[in-house]
Amino acid sequence: MLYVVMAYLWASILLYVLMGGADFGAGILEFLSTKKSKEQTRKAMYRAIGPIWEANHMWLIIAIVILFVGFPVIYSTVSIYLHIPLVIMLLGIVARGTAFSFRNYDAVQDKMQTVYSKTFMYSSIITPLFLGIIAGSAVSGRIDPLATHFADAYIFSWLGLFPVTVGIFTVTICGFLAAIFIIGETKTEAERQRFIQKAKHMSLAAIAAALLVLIAAQRDGVPLASWLFGNPISITCVVLAALSLIWMWVSLFRQSTKWLRIIAGAQISLLLVAITYEHYPVLINLKNSDGLSLLIHKGTDKTIHALAVALLAGSVFILPALFYLLYSFNKQEEA
Amino acid sequence: MDDFIAARSQMALSLGFHIIFSCIGMIMPFFMAVSHFKWLKTGNIVYRNVTRAWSRGVAIFFATGAVSGTVLSFELGLLWPEFMKHAGPIFGMPFSLEGTAFFIEAIALGFYLYGWNKFNKWFHWFTGVIVGVSGLASGILVVAANAWMNSPAGFDYVNGQYLNIDPIAAMFNDAWFSQALHMILAALTATGFAVAGVHALMILKRKNVLFHTKAFRIAAVFACAGAILQPLSGDISAKDVAKRQPVKLAAMEAHFKTEEKAALILGGIPDEQNDTVHYALKIPGALSFLAHGNFKTPVTGLEAFPKDVRPPVAITHYAFQLMVGLGMLMLLIAVFYFFTLWRKKKWLEKRWLLKLFAAAIPVGFIAVEAGWTVTEVGRQPWIIYGIMRTRDAVTPMPGIVYSFYIFTAVYVSLSVVVVALLYRQVRMVGKLYDVS
Repeated sequence: MLYVVMAYLWASILLYVLMGGADFGAGILEFLSTKKSKEQTRKAMYRAIGPIWEANHMWLIIAIVILFVGFPVIYSTVSIYLHIPLVIMLLGIVARGTAFSFRNYDAVQDKMQTVYSKTFMYSSIITPLFLGIIAGSAVSGRIDPLATHFADAYIFSWLGLFPVTVGIFTVTICGFLAAIFIIGETKTEAERQRFIQKAKHMSLAAIAAALLVLIAAQRDGVPLASWLFGNPISITCVVLAALSLIWMWVSLFRQSTKWLRIIAGAQISLLLVAITYEHYPVLINLKNSDGLSLLIHKGTDKTIHALAVALLAGSVFILPALFYLLYSFNKQEEA
Repeated sequence: MDDFIAARSQMALSLGFHIIFSCIGMIMPFFMAVSHFKWLKTGNIVYRNVTRAWSRGVAIFFATGAVSGTVLSFELGLLWPEFMKHAGPIFGMPFSLEGTAFFIEAIALGFYLYGWNKFNKWFHWFTGVIVGVSGLASGILVVAANAWMNSPAGFDYVNGQYLNIDPIAAMFNDAWFSQALHMILAALTATGFAVAGVHALMILKRKNVLFHTKAFRIAAVFACAGAILQPLSGDISAKDVAKRQPVKLAAMEAHFKTEEKAALILGGIPDEQNDTVHYALKIPGALSFLAHGNFKTPVTGLEAFPKDVRPPVAITHYAFQLMVGLGMLMLLIAVFYFFTLWRKKKWLEKRWLLKLFAAAIPVGFIAVEAGWTVTEVGRQPWIIYGIMRTRDAVTPMPGIVYSFYIFTAVYVSLSVVVVALLYRQVRMVGKLYDVS
């Protein structure tokens, strides 16, 4: 049952990156759009993510609940040492969620719309930036439970070249996912062209950011290369992701958009597999001591069992409903 | 302000904010579904308009409740890591189920809000009902988790170790039912009075009278039904607290001396130094009866407990008195309203009746906040009653006071924006919804 719980944790992180990421990316694309095309971007976005946008963010809740029920030591360690980036991320989530729905539901269209839009766009960048920083700090062994100074314990646990570049990389990934996702939802050829263009730009930005991450890893002494190339599974994943990048570029230039979403989804999944496979079963690497392992720092068997049953039972309700939601609104769009 | 007080204040602020949004998010879908049902059954377009207006309200409150709930799921760890380290695996069960309920609510809301004229009309209506049912389930589950903090169960506490953990037994702790029942009726009553009051106000202003009258009637019936049932649930809760947490009951009632025929104390100023209450009105025997169902049974007083395990008496007592007083007020309004419906239909048109409801807009929510204060402050100094002190659970990170200031600023501005949004929704009813 422990493996069921871990699988759900992994899957909810992946789904949050994919679905939540595309959702954040929509705000990033709006930010990057020219003044004239902001309105169009917004419209395409509401059409694409409107019905599912609340659901997209549930994956984060599922992941956090799995952590605090099943792996409480990991949850409380992260909560203590990454307090500051977590608070900033939360403020981003609050600002973004409320601004998005207030913009949609304000009965009067006036200058408040600008306030909502600005809030939405900036928080769409800040939130994934800090999500990336949190992930980067968690895996790179910056957290130091033995630190005695405030700055060492609570600031440099996350403020560093590597986490920040991971944050930037996360932002570019979100923008890229959003562009790919919205291509499939566009109504006109001009709109389609615009988002294909955006997808190209964002994938270049993501590649550039990935290079930054590699350089930062080198400078901060993070053994990123050995995570990615340390074992056959990770190597295979990285190679496949690289190959699919070529496939994606060819498709983008040929404008055959049929497989784009699947390719993009596969790329992100492959990267996550590559990183997590080498780290497994450690979720959090600590400075000067052993990392926090999912196999050791877990709740009692009874808790894990109950949690697994709850997750499995929940899926019986959630997954069909979610698929039906996606399916029926896609069908409506076509009709 | 020291970090511990800052952490408690931030938690209180976050919960106090979230509770309003989750109450409305949990109850309003039912109003919406009733109105929708009437539209489908009668074909009266006014009901459709009311439904659409209310569904906007639900969307705004759901979004705000969802983000403030997300914040809370992190704040538990950010502010109380030591508590979560031990409590997570024990009382986490309702949270994991709540995740499911919340997810379903989000999916159903997607169907409902974007599904007008796209699905079979009864399927569409049904997704609205699911929004309400899953919201209600979330509410019950979260309260069950809070009940565990009042009535810890599902583990053995041996030499500082938490052994033999049973998350199912923890979820079905002794307090879950009485607390969940009380919370749901409170949400129903508070939301009902707030919604009914807003529509009453608009009728008084003679704006879209037919629209607001239909809306008012639906909300008022729910509000009044809740207000009449709530004292019964309050009685169950009081007897339950008397049995499980006698020190909390004693603080609620400012009852210092253990005695037979214990008096019910109304008002008064608790004097915690000298273990007495000044200027209070006392009804002999009434507390014994309310707590144990018998005028003679002794009720344990605060004197039976060392000072370091007593909650702050004055706050708990005032909050409790406020909650009960407002509950009684709403009960009177409710009885009167049902009498009106039954015997004096013509009073329904009277301005004084509408004014009464308009004046009652905030009453239910003040009572909710007061009741929440009773249960949380009344549990102090414990975070897990009798097991772990709140002070021992707080994060070691210094500087929480700044985080408290930031969250205060955020929640205050969010409240202002939400109120402004609702004001605009209500003001624009004539243009947006009631276009007959």
